[in-house]
Amino acid sequence: MTSRLLRSASLATCCLAGILLSLPAAAEPPGSKAEPAAQEGLQVPRPPLTEGIFPCTSCHDGKSMKVNPRRRELVDMHGDIALHHGPATRWCLDCHDPADRDHLRLASGEKVPFTTSYLLCGQCHGDKFRDWRVGIHGKRTGSWNGPKQYLLCVHCHDPHSPHFKPLKPMAPPARPEQIQARKGGAR
Amino acid sequence: MTEPRLNHPDQGCGGRREFLGTAVAAVAAALTGCGKISHEEFLQHNFKELSKDEVLSVIARLEKEYKEKFGKEVKVATTPPLPGVIFGYALDLSRCVGCRRCVHACVKENNQSREPEVQWIRVLELEKEEGVNLQHADQYYNPEEVPREGHFYMPVQCQQCKKPPCVKVCPVGATWREKDGITVVDYNWCIGCRYCMAACPYGARHFNWGEPHLPSADVNPDTHYFGNRPRPKGVVEKCTFCIQRTRKGLYPACVEVCPTGSRKFGNLLDKDSEIRYVLENKRVFKLKEDLNTQPNFFYFYGV
Amino acid sequence: MTSLRTFGQFITDTFRILATGSRYYYAWIGFLLLLIAIGGGAYLRQLNDGLIVTQMRDQVSWGFYIGNFTFLVGVAAAAIMLVIPAYIYDWEPIKEITILGEMLAIAALVMCLGFVMVDIGRPDRFWHIMPLVGRLNWPQSMLAWDVIVLNLYLLLNWFVVTYLLFCAYTERHYVKKLVLPLVLLSIPMAVSIHTVTAYLYNGLAARPFWNSAILAPRFLASAFCSGPAILLILLQVLRRTTKLSIKDEAIFKIAELMAYTMGFNLFLTAAEAFKELYSGTEHMVYFQYLLFGLKGHTTLVPFAWASILCGLAAFILFLVPKTRTNWVTLNLGCVLIYASVYIEKGMGLIIPGLTPDVLGDIYVYKPSYTEIAVAAGIFAIGFLVFTLMLKAAVPMMLGEFTLTRGRRAAEADPT
Repeated sequence: MTSRLLRSASLATCCLAGILLSLPAAAEPPGSKAEPAAQEGLQVPRPPLTEGIFPCTSCHDGKSMKVNPRRRELVDMHGDIALHHGPATRWCLDCHDPADRDHLRLASGEKVPFTTSYLLCGQCHGDKFRDWRVGIHGKRTGSWNGPKQYLLCVHCHDPHSPHFKPLKPMAPPARPEQIQARKGGAR
Repeated sequence: MTEPRLNHPDQGCGGRREFLGTAVAAVAAALTGCGKISHEEFLQHNFKELSKDEVLSVIARLEKEYKEKFGKEVKVATTPPLPGVIFGYALDLSRCVGCRRCVHACVKENNQSREPEVQWIRVLELEKEEGVNLQHADQYYNPEEVPREGHFYMPVQCQQCKKPPCVKVCPVGATWREKDGITVVDYNWCIGCRYCMAACPYGARHFNWGEPHLPSADVNPDTHYFGNRPRPKGVVEKCTFCIQRTRKGLYPACVEVCPTGSRKFGNLLDKDSEIRYVLENKRVFKLKEDLNTQPNFFYFYGV
Repeated sequence: MTSLRTFGQFITDTFRILATGSRYYYAWIGFLLLLIAIGGGAYLRQLNDGLIVTQMRDQVSWGFYIGNFTFLVGVAAAAIMLVIPAYIYDWEPIKEITILGEMLAIAALVMCLGFVMVDIGRPDRFWHIMPLVGRLNWPQSMLAWDVIVLNLYLLLNWFVVTYLLFCAYTERHYVKKLVLPLVLLSIPMAVSIHTVTAYLYNGLAARPFWNSAILAPRFLASAFCSGPAILLILLQVLRRTTKLSIKDEAIFKIAELMAYTMGFNLFLTAAEAFKELYSGTEHMVYFQYLLFGLKGHTTLVPFAWASILCGLAAFILFLVPKTRTNWVTLNLGCVLIYASVYIEKGMGLIIPGLTPDVLGDIYVYKPSYTEIAVAAGIFAIGFLVFTLMLKAAVPMMLGEFTLTRGRRAAEADPT
């Protein structure tokens, strides 16, 4: 069930290249055992972090690599990230906590784990957040009268480029003209 | 499922059928070239009129037939409607991208004929300039990527009407609306006159023009009598909100697969359900509302 | 008991008449049997492979079969056209030929039931639709109504025809107390079969082309054109080939009545076309498809205009007394009106009703070889039924073939 769910989730996030959801992360994001989301009754799979990238603090430890708050083009790492989200002044550290890269940071300064990133998204996208909580925005799977699995915002929307990516449509129906009796009868 | 009515001995139903059986079965089989039809199948009465025992024997017969045909166990459930439940469906037109994942998941789940392929969901590509104008709809679109500029998408399937015209017109009562709001077809009672297809304003009913071809490997063995059990040639079929799943509490296959989360499903009688939230908080419309079919399928704009 | 034996004699004698005839008679029967065999072969293929051998599909789920069915219900209903004046006004010239109208109705009904039978996907389940045995969804379904009224009408006509012939055979005058109520009943029945058939389409809100209040009146008006057109030609043939005397007066009277119904039929068609085209709502697309074509699909257009022009020409020919009483123009008019109504109430009714489909898809339907062959077979069955009935009826009506007088009538060949 879970793997099926995750597979369909990965469909939704086909835009997020190189992200593997179903692999048991070697290092689990902190807080995954008692997710606030689960406390709210929402079951959410792990965030779609790039494999082998977490914990972020293994590089961004604040010692060997100092925090550089300057807006710049990233060359050494994360060059694949093109930030198309909101105004041009937006920058990594608006959302990623400068002091603790394993966490995100709300506008209030409060730290939140990646597993509850929806709290961060919900700061600006309040209407979507409201609909998401009640199960109207975004995908639900599971049971209509029982436990449901939610997806995080970032499962469908790449946070760095959140526009929902176009999909290749599956095959169109046969035109009625094309539907003909099989040669040699019904068998 | 409607509670099967017990057969009263004074109805003389059995005797009548027995008489018919001996005389007509052979003639009919010879006349119609359907030599494969068994005596029991020929004589099977409308599902609503079957006693509990007769239902059991029909199910046993069907499961045996399917096993012989597909070489694997196929379970045919007759799960009745859940009390206090009327199913509702809402589809977010502002989110659907027209990727047709739902169309194909539906075919897979519901054991439709693969050749010719029967599809219960038709996704219409509409022009934003025209709005919901079906004369500008295209269901055969096939670009590299969807959504296409200037277009939006509207999947149409059975709208599970409160006043279903298809049920009204059926000359033999082979289709009816169940207590949970699902309109079902008794594939063993339908005579294939296709009057319901002419009556349906949504193109939701589909006919098995040829012998349904379903490879054994593709058979979903978890079936329901009114839902996805393999169908015979010459009968009408339609979306049942995945009756085999939803009566067990699961979401329909199209809801589960939709990558955009455009499809919302739940119990209209439960005020805390997603579907009720949509109806109470979003701008909702029904397709062809003027026909007063009163669908329990709603379209809405999530944004 | 005696009468039962007499009836037995009647049946055997009837068969004896049917078995003997001229070379032309045998050739005609042979031709019909050949067509039936071809149709039967095509139908067997359809039974084996399913209705996929037709060109009907989900988008256009009814086609040639149901089109012919609808047209023939009209032919069957038109028998009353002759019954009304004959029995109500006791108008002698038509009276003798009323029985021909009723036989025509029987043949048409046989074809109607044939077309319904070949159209259903599960003919092995035909018993489901039988009252009492099956589970007829009556009074909800208009198709259930249609099954009932068509069969009752068939039974009624069959009884009246058999009874009248039996009386002629036994040289007794028919009992007016029995026949008149039945004939009077057949009038509303004839109206009802065509009305119910119209309602069958009329009641479908999903199909705006059919969902028009004047559909049933249009059905009746057109039936009163096409049915008598067949009879007029038939009467002339019978006059030539048998000793049956049919007065010119009767034929011209029918033609005059037809002029009125044709005018009315054209008026109703125009009323419908005006309402759709002038108001120009979204429902107009079906008329557009029929009359002008839609998105480049113009298959129906020549047929639609041919129907309208034939109808107009026939109306003029029948309206002008000079052309109405001229045999050439009269017969030309009959053929024209027949063709006009055949298109209008057959494919011209069914196809635009379903095209574009409810979701705007345009599928250009054309009947397949199988459909045409099966239809030919059913028409042949109808003609065969009618020929055989005529073959037996004419000598009996002429008093050439009775219980007491000789059975020399075999040479009286209606064809």
